[in-house]
This record gives sequence, structure tokens and C-alpha cells, in this order.
Amino acid sequence: MPDTATHIPLIALAGNPNAGKTTLFNALTGLSQKVANYPGVTVERKEGSWTVGDKLARLIDLPGLYSLDATSIDEHIASDVLRGDVSGLPTPDVVIAVVDATNLERNLYLVTQLFEYNVPVVVALTMIDVFEKQQHEIDIDKLSASLGVPVIAVNASVGRGSEELSEAVSKLVSSPSTPKFTLSGDSESGRIFARYNFISNAVQESVVHNDQAAHGISEKIDRILTHKFFGLLILIGILLLVFQTIFTWASVPMDLLEQGFGALGDAVRSGLPEGILSDLVVDGIIAGVGGVLVFLPQILLLFLFISILEDTGYMARAAFLMDKLMSRVGLHGKAFLPLMSSFACAIPGIMATRTIENQRDRFATIMIAPFMSCSARLPVYTLMIAAFFAGQTVLGFISLGAVLMLAMYALGIVVALIVAFILKRTALKSPPPPFIMELPPYRMPNLRTVLQNMLTRAWLFVKRAGTVILAISIILWALMYFPRTEVTPVPAEQATAVSPEGEHLRNSYAGRLGHVIEPVIQPLGFDWKIGVALIASFAAREVLVSTLSIIYNVGKDETEESPTLISAIREAKDERGETVWTPLTALTLMVFFVLAMQCMSTVAVVRRETNSWSWTLFMVGYMTGLAYLAAFLTYQGGRLLGFS
Amino acid sequence: MRLPEVEIGSSASVVTVHGQGAVPRRLMEMGLVPGVTVRVVKSAPFGDPIEIRLRGYSLALRINEAEAVEVAV
Repeated sequence: MPDTATHIPLIALAGNPNAGKTTLFNALTGLSQKVANYPGVTVERKEGSWTVGDKLARLIDLPGLYSLDATSIDEHIASDVLRGDVSGLPTPDVVIAVVDATNLERNLYLVTQLFEYNVPVVVALTMIDVFEKQQHEIDIDKLSASLGVPVIAVNASVGRGSEELSEAVSKLVSSPSTPKFTLSGDSESGRIFARYNFISNAVQESVVHNDQAAHGISEKIDRILTHKFFGLLILIGILLLVFQTIFTWASVPMDLLEQGFGALGDAVRSGLPEGILSDLVVDGIIAGVGGVLVFLPQILLLFLFISILEDTGYMARAAFLMDKLMSRVGLHGKAFLPLMSSFACAIPGIMATRTIENQRDRFATIMIAPFMSCSARLPVYTLMIAAFFAGQTVLGFISLGAVLMLAMYALGIVVALIVAFILKRTALKSPPPPFIMELPPYRMPNLRTVLQNMLTRAWLFVKRAGTVILAISIILWALMYFPRTEVTPVPAEQATAVSPEGEHLRNSYAGRLGHVIEPVIQPLGFDWKIGVALIASFAAREVLVSTLSIIYNVGKDETEESPTLISAIREAKDERGETVWTPLTALTLMVFFVLAMQCMSTVAVVRRETNSWSWTLFMVGYMTGLAYLAAFLTYQGGRLLGFS
Repeated sequence: MRLPEVEIGSSASVVTVHGQGAVPRRLMEMGLVPGVTVRVVKSAPFGDPIEIRLRGYSLALRINEAEAVEVAV
């Protein structure tokens, strides 16, 4: 028996997905939450503190589960926690089983399994308001008597029941008593059957169902939302709305952030003495990390939409609608929305794959998510189209730029599907994943849960990707900064349009690296200057635009629509005085950017989400390889067809 | 008969879940045990998966998995 005066009780929260566990956890712990991963896996470990009786307890939120039979990683972790097998976590003093009153029988299944772990159990009955609105009746005392554990009705959003819950838990902490439950049945199916028998009896004694309300409002909504025709139409409509909102709403804070980082850079530069330190901080750290953080509003909005879609119950419907199509390439229906999110940014998409239980399916989805043309590719496409394809039409009226843009999106999707198909038959070979998924009742999203979800995920991204982004930013900066050679004054007759910045970049390690890789990229029609831009844009794709600006001596603050930059690109000559850029080069570069893994933030997130450097490096490697191959075929094929 | 043969909109009673391993076990854990009544609500736009209703909740499953469930009308 631990010393009661110093012992900090550990309370675990267990329950089915969609049972209202997160809402209850948020209500009990408030802002005291900490989110981490369980050691070695990407299962989230959420912990907070909660006042039980008169002392502070640790409250730990287990992943949402249907069962404790350890078939998925989530179930494995949960049963380890309950047994006290996770390092740094003692065996829980009490388990709060969160049970959805509107879905009592299936929710109680997990509770009967908890009974076998020899820990005190308290049942927290959620959704009781919805249940009563449907005019069902429940006798909580009888239910408690049949189950043999305390049952407390809670409504986290209005604070109902939290005191009673704390009291019941506190009582069990000071004098633990475990439920008496013996299970008959010698086979596995026999035991499952026996548990459900026990549940049916307990429910029959305590609940009067109103059969009239059984079909419920969710089924009526689903007549439209999962309708064979309108369901798909609405899904497309929702996606369009999400993208439209992201691109319009996010642009204002993104511009502000960009200006903010610019101003911060200027302020730091004027505060620090001139030299390497000031250059490192301003051009390396602030510009590098700022270039990624500029995308934060967009990432936040995307997280917001994903949270809303999850919280309302629509996410499961989208998976239901799209599963057949996704299964053709061996993916799960749940992969659809993460992949769609990746059209705005792969980072939230990759983080949203956590809902896919099967690890191989999840990895396959992560591996193809960056092929979806994200918003950072748009400046690259825009620059190339503006420089070489502006004002041209196909069939007399369709803008060539629009056709090319569409073709780039389509190329990404097609390659993603082919790669998924191949991966699922080779490295990630597994039998077709089972699709056994609850379609939870529709609910109004809980504002607090949604916001908390959004902020937690965004913070996780910043925190986890931060170190990698910082490191890569500094490395890329150093490549472009060193060595510091004194730029020799150029004779006046040669001094046309050569800026010291451009001269310096050409002499830097990155510039030399550009020369080193030139023979490799020459078959793509790229010269060493484009090579330098490719190296620099590993930080983030849109960095290509500013790097080209520097290298073509038009200053680093040009945008993708800048006329000076466009004409500099068009007129660029190589050492032999030949034109570097042709429409074919531009198209080749676009194709390269569709497929190449030019984004350090994605690399960082993939490392975190797969927990494996080999998968991460594999991804960088195969994407770069594919990009090279496709660009090669485009350029050489184009030349064979007589384009230049 | 097997669950996918049940007409959309009709109900049936589960007789048994065939097979071994994670999938049949998950089906039973989700409440598909002998004696329980299920109603087939609809199929998805491309014919698969199907939505069934049992124990007051909705479950989606692929026809492939539903084949394991023996039912009687």
C-alpha cells in the first residue's frame, strides 16, 4: 500500500471512440494537458491533472477502443497501461469507463473487459441528454447494481456530474474494491457471447427503449449525406468549400506573418553587429523557420476543418462513401480525407492518418500524401506558367495555363495511386484491411473540443518539426553563405546587372554544389543555377522563386508574378550564350516539382509519424528518383517530339 | 444465408460468425453475436461497403467481411 499522504493517484479514462471521452477529459483537466507519445509508437498519450476529492490526481486518457484484445497498437497500449506495463506509469488506481448511453450495449462490452483487469472501475455515462431526448428511460441505480460498479451520469459540456464522479473516484482511491465478474465460456467466441449476454441482461433490467425514436435523426440525415448520388456531390462540395476557405481566409494572416518575420529580421539586423551571427540569425533562422511558419494559418485552418469533420461524425461517412474507390489501390476508406487535406498541405494530412488503425495502410497513405499538389507548389507553377505559357490557349478558348495546372494536379494523383498500388503489393504487403467502422450519430461539434484539437495538433507540428526545420534551415543557410570570399570588384564593362548577392551565391558551397550536380540534371535541361534553386527549395518549395530571383540578380524580394523576374528567366543565358529556359524546361521543372520531396517540414513530420528514419529516407529517395525520371522523360520526350 | 444476401431495408437474426482470427473476432466484439437482430440500411455509392444497424448503432463493413456472418431471416 503506497503512502497515502504522498501518493498521487493515477486515474485512467477508457472508452469507445465517439463516446465523449475527449470532451470529458478536456472538461476535467482544463488547460493542464500534456500530449506526448507512448515510447516507440505514435499512439498519443494525453495526460492532465484533476482534483479528486481533496487531492490532485493524474488523469490519463487512453486511446479510443472497442476492445482490449490487443489486435491494434491502440489496444495493445491500453492494455499495457491497465496492467502497469508502461514505463513511468504505475498501475491505475481507478479506471473511469466512459459509456455512451445512446449506444449502451456495445459500449459496455469494453467495460466487461475492464472488469478482468482487477482495477476499480467507475462508469461515466455520457450523452444522457440525447438519450432522454429520444424518450428512452434509464434507471441508473439498477444499472449500477447489475454491473456491480458505480455509474455516474455526466454531461461534460454543462458540467453535470463532475462532482459526483470525483467523489466516486475518490472513494475508490482510498478504499479500492474491484468488480466481481466471472466469465464463463472456454472459446474466444464463447467468451464474447457470454459478455454480451451479461450486458443484455443488465440493460434489460435498467433501460426502457422507445422504439419510435430508434431510427433517429442521423439516419434521416444519412439518407442525403450517404445517398448514392447526392452523397458524393455533397462530399465534393464540402471539399471545395474547405479549399476555398483555406485559400481566401489564410492569405491575410499569411501575408501578415510574412511581413512580421521580415520586420523581425530587420529589427534583429539593426540590433546585432554586422557579421556572421547577425546573418545566421536573420537569413538562416528567421527567414528559414519563418518561411515554414508562414504556412501555419493554413495548417491551423485545415486542422480546424478536420476536427469539425471528425467531431460531427462526417469523417466516417466520407470513408464509407469512398472506401470502394480507395480499396481498388489497396487503401482504406479512411485514407481519403487525409489525402484530400494534402492538396492544401501534406502536414495536416499526414498527421490525420492516425485514424487509420492498420499500420501498413497508414504508412502507404503517408508515403503518397506529398504527391498531392500542395499550396506551396502554386508559386512554382504560377511562375513557370506566367513566364512561358501566359496568354496561350488550347482549342481557341481554354487557357493553356489552366490546362497545365490541372495536368500537374492529375499527374500527382495518378502517380500517388500507382505508388500506393505497388507499395501495397510489395513493401507494405498485407491482406486487404478490414473495413469494420462505426458510423457514429451526427453531433453538433463541441467548440471547445474542436479548438483544443486544432491547437494541440498545430502545437505538436511546431514542436516536433521545429528542431528538424531549424537544423535544415541552418544547414541550407550555411551552404549558401560560405565560403566568405571577398567579391573582387568587376571591371566596369562587365558590371552589367551583377549584384553582389548573386555573385556571392554563385561562389558559395551551394553554388559549387550546383555545378557538381549539373551533369546529373543536364539531361533534364537544367543548368547549375536551376540546380542551386533546387537545392535551396528543399527548405520549402516556394523558396525556388526567391532563389531564382537572387541568382538572376533581380533581388530577393520578387514574387512569382514579378515582371523583372519573369524577363530575367526568359533571357537567362548559359556560359555559351545559349538560352537556358524554354517552355519545355519550364514544363520539366513543373513536373519535377509535382513529384519531388522538396519540403523539410514534411520530412520532419513523416519522421515523427512513422517513427522511422528508414521510411523517411526511403520516401525522400523514391520521390526524388521518380521526379527525376518523370522530368527526364518529359524533357527528352519533348525534344524527340521536336519541342525545344 | 449470409449477411450480404439480406435485402436492403430488411432485418435478419445472426446465427453465427464463421472463420477465425482478427476479423471475425472484431465482428463479434462489435456486437454481431448469435441471436442479435441486424437491419441492412444501405450500400455505399459504389455498391460496397454496406451499412447495417444493430444494438441501436450503425456499422459499416465491406461485403467481403459481411460474408462471414451467417444470418436467418
